[in-house]
Amino acid sequence: MRLINRHPSRIGGLMLLLLPFVVLLVVYFMGSAERLKLNPDDKLLPGVAQMSDAVKAVAFTEDKRTGEYLLWADTLSSLRRLGIGLLVSALIALVVAVATGSFPVVSATLSPFVTVISMVPPLAVLPILFIVFGLDELSKVVLIVVGITPMIIRDLHARAREIPAELWVKAQTLGATSWTLILRLVLPQLLPRLLAAMRLSLGAAWLFLIAAEAIASTDGLGYRIFLVRRYLSMDLILPYVAWITLLAWLTDELLRRITQWCFPWYGGGAR
Amino acid sequence: MIEVRNVWKEYGDQVVLERLNLTVKEGEFCSMVGASGCGKSTFLRLLLGQEQATRGQILLDGQPLPGEPDAHRGVVFQRYSVFDHLTVLRNVTLGLELSQAKFTGRLFGAQRRRARDEAVAMLERVGLGAAADKYPQQLSGGMQQRLAIAQALMMKPRVLLLDEPFGALDPGIRRDMHELLSDLWRESKLTIFMVTHDLKEGFTLGSRVLVFDKVRVDPQAPGAYGARITYNIPLDRSRESVSAVHLARAAVQGASSLEAISD
Repeated sequence: MRLINRHPSRIGGLMLLLLPFVVLLVVYFMGSAERLKLNPDDKLLPGVAQMSDAVKAVAFTEDKRTGEYLLWADTLSSLRRLGIGLLVSALIALVVAVATGSFPVVSATLSPFVTVISMVPPLAVLPILFIVFGLDELSKVVLIVVGITPMIIRDLHARAREIPAELWVKAQTLGATSWTLILRLVLPQLLPRLLAAMRLSLGAAWLFLIAAEAIASTDGLGYRIFLVRRYLSMDLILPYVAWITLLAWLTDELLRRITQWCFPWYGGGAR
Repeated sequence: MIEVRNVWKEYGDQVVLERLNLTVKEGEFCSMVGASGCGKSTFLRLLLGQEQATRGQILLDGQPLPGEPDAHRGVVFQRYSVFDHLTVLRNVTLGLELSQAKFTGRLFGAQRRRARDEAVAMLERVGLGAAADKYPQQLSGGMQQRLAIAQALMMKPRVLLLDEPFGALDPGIRRDMHELLSDLWRESKLTIFMVTHDLKEGFTLGSRVLVFDKVRVDPQAPGAYGARITYNIPLDRSRESVSAVHLARAAVQGASSLEAISD
């Protein structure tokens, strides 16, 4: 049988899914054990014991200075920034894309502009954001918004143009005005695609969040890993990176589930 | 009722339709046949208001047709005729909602129940009563076209425009659809324009067949001359118009000895 026609069984599929993760862990901990055997104080590849101590210290012990549990406080502030950033971006992108996707006049003005703006490297704008919005929460959220909104707009605009011309005509023959056509055709068609676009821009959103936190912040997951980098605390950085990855994956999964629940007709949501 | 006066359609240098003149009475079923690329679908889009004639005008009841699609002209395309984000029932209700609720595009309360009942009756009429809560992609191609027809008929349009509505269907299903469409046409006294590739379909369904063809062809400039309506054949329903079928087939194939046949 050709390799392209061979599909793994249920159990086999699960094993194949876990394989790379297991390999990664095994390789890491073998290397770690090797180095710790030579030097028990090695900081580069910490073992399970060191990492669990570090996690215990940030997750289940009150911080002496602030009286907070650092991991949870960091997670909360990072997720709040990310959530607000994503929501604001999604809202702006939806409004702009509906306008450019529906009205040729608006598209003629805005589409080339958005294309140019999306080429501006967001991190190059970061100093401007710090100068204009100060060093507190606002500039971090704005960085996420500046970073991902143009991409989502361009994606959604393309999706709006993909709505078959037949449907635009059909809605008009059913008596739709421009406004009701947007309400009953464009918006419902674009909402699941907006969620898909948000899922794709999650990686970029995290990137901008951590960059902003690393440069100017007093809490947050990105702030923490860049802070402890000074002490070469790989025992804390590695669990934080794993935690961030888990959070990112959960956000993606959440958006996917929402797509499936709210838009059962949308085939693209199953991926 | 519909009057086409010296209509031309050009895209840049390319002439697609030239000197179309036509009068169609209310309640006619016009099948439009012809070779591919001879402007049948373009003419349908002109009637629909999706495109504008370069010259000439099209009158509906003596008034020029509005320059954009509206509720007086229903349409069924070969594909993408129904809204995939709405269930079957909501697809059919949509027309009532859009035409009655100009701001929200939705109906509520008693109005909504009335619209619903009307839609259910229409679905029963086209044989989709059992599929009311399904989404279009759960339906077969034939059922989707039934839905598209039901959706268009809810608006009680003056004119129904069909662009190869059955082109993608199996022959058996096609026959069912022909029956449904003939029945609906007879009941509702609609004026129908249907583009089709299938001559037999055109002749069995239509009360009038319009044959589109290029009369003049310049081999050096294929786009210089457009197509016209070369034959406008009213069909006498009382007898089998076999000879008419032959006539049109010959016309479509570009035979030159047509006069001999028609005499």
